[in-house]
Amino acid sequence: AFPRRVKVVEVGPRDGLQNEKNIVPTPVKIDLINMLSETGLQVIEATSFVSPKWIPQMADHTEVMQGINKLPGISYPVLTPNLKGFQAAVAAGAKEVSIFGAASELFTKKNINCSIAESLERFNEVMTAARAASIPVRGYVSCVLGCPYEGKISAAKVAEVSKKMYAMGCYEISLGDTIGVGTPGSMKEMLTAVMKEVPVGALAVHCHDTYGQALANILVALQMGVSVVDASVAGLGGCPYAKGASGNVATEDLVYMLNGMGIHTGVDLQKLMDTGTFICNALNRRTNSKVSQASCRL
Amino acid sequence: MGAVPSALKHCLSHQHLLREQLCTAAPLPPQESQVSGLPEYIKIVEVGPRDGLQNEKVIVPTDIKIELINRLSKTGLPAIEVTSFVSSKWVPQMADQKEVMRGIERHPGVRYPVLTPNLRGFHSAIAAGATEVSVFGAASETFSKMNINCSIEESIKKFEEVATAARNMNIPVRGYVSCALGCPYEGNIVPAKVAEVSKRLYSMGCYEISLGDTIGVGTPGSMKRMLEAVMKEIPLSALAVHCHDTYGQALANILTAIQMGVAVVDSSVAGLGGCPYAKGATGNVATEDVIYMLNGLGINTGVDLYAVMEAGNFICTALNKKTNSKVAQASFNTGTIN
Repeated sequence: AFPRRVKVVEVGPRDGLQNEKNIVPTPVKIDLINMLSETGLQVIEATSFVSPKWIPQMADHTEVMQGINKLPGISYPVLTPNLKGFQAAVAAGAKEVSIFGAASELFTKKNINCSIAESLERFNEVMTAARAASIPVRGYVSCVLGCPYEGKISAAKVAEVSKKMYAMGCYEISLGDTIGVGTPGSMKEMLTAVMKEVPVGALAVHCHDTYGQALANILVALQMGVSVVDASVAGLGGCPYAKGASGNVATEDLVYMLNGMGIHTGVDLQKLMDTGTFICNALNRRTNSKVSQASCRL
Repeated sequence: MGAVPSALKHCLSHQHLLREQLCTAAPLPPQESQVSGLPEYIKIVEVGPRDGLQNEKVIVPTDIKIELINRLSKTGLPAIEVTSFVSSKWVPQMADQKEVMRGIERHPGVRYPVLTPNLRGFHSAIAAGATEVSVFGAASETFSKMNINCSIEESIKKFEEVATAARNMNIPVRGYVSCALGCPYEGNIVPAKVAEVSKRLYSMGCYEISLGDTIGVGTPGSMKRMLEAVMKEIPLSALAVHCHDTYGQALANILTAIQMGVAVVDSSVAGLGGCPYAKGATGNVATEDVIYMLNGLGINTGVDLYAVMEAGNFICTALNKKTNSKVAQASFNTGTIN
């Protein structure tokens, strides 16, 4: 049986734009988020408080955070890789933050230049500060179905990292198929292991569509009781590990599927498509959403 | 995500990753397969040379069609739909039907069905050497009228003529039902209607019924409801799904179907074939992406994914177009930034 409701977590303005080549002007980012706020989405990841040296696209994090309309009932989490980022985020008005772990040692080393254990120590600092400020923290685990450096990732490792992040106080763990290599087979195996350590109500899936498997993988996750799904409007965000390939699954295509299954999301698909059209025009690129591609011409 | 550019230099190429995914996609242990209810083997019916090319704008030279089919014959695919014996007035892409039929290599163990809309097409197909044929019905009256200019009932009569002639010659006939999950003209299609048309085709002797989501509007919800209705009339082993990926739903729909026990899936190399009803939109699901998913599920197909990707690369180069297969897109760019 499928969940009757699914919470869609929109990551386009952060994960999406972060992986787009063109730097998007601040007012466009703000317009994008404001438009998304009108679609019925309850969670919109707004930006990332990382150093602009690493992620130039997110250099305007403070301006974006301060510039957007924050509608009641909508959460605008931001990424905070460390205590410094956390403090900057809170100063800029953030009310929810996210931390990014990984199930792969090599990926962690290449990405943030430390081991998984060291990264968890850093996150602990953020957790402590967040708890003191009553700020909820969402935990991400990258490479849950495969790593661009290590290849295959054991489900047990994913479960171990997820458990640690949940135990340190993350209210939700988003399991990311970072390079989109997962299939319904590996998704099932991974979730079976993780669900032994983390309650399914605290789990989310973050699927990339690089190999076209995202919706099938999401379907399996839903069948296993997961009811939170991350997606990116217009499928924004390529894959940094495969030139020209796609990345995030498109929110429109996800909502289309959930609508067809009678699963409630609260999201207005037409408004979502309009928002996708807006940002694609601004980025001067075609949408990665098939629903959008098909609907424009009919 | 972090310092991407320098990281990229050291990451595994997608060729490597793909190989690993394929190698580690070990078949599920027997009890797990049973519990998961998935078939152990799925027959892939490759429709690229017919359904795919038919919906491509560029007319493909005969020798390229033959080369494509010959390459596909070496991939392990058990069935390859070769061409269509319709009037070249209606489908110019298939005007060279006889030359293609006569020109291809016929590999043992591979079936080469062709479309035959009526008795005349059937005779022409047999004369050209066809050993299996397909007939195309629809679950929508309006679609039937617009597509072949007659009602469902009238089309069934024509197909019965083909089926009778085929039976007399021991030629297997495959039946297609279009618009199984929605119609570009009528919109919603009732599952009972799909079941009714399927039953007519099966009763006249079609050994297999391929249920087509012609405009790709279906979702796991509508796929399930439709299959439940059809499965009351047709044995599971005689069912196939033919999903279009116009709304990105194809793999999720196929997964739903195979979870219900369907063990035959149609697909098109490189996702050839757009959607005639939505300009610029995609059509057929890509064979590469289907096989990637089935490999990951430990389901046997007998098909070599790399060989299919290479055939896909061949035809896309010949058509001067980008592949619609995401697996191919991810794999032919090995992750180095230039």
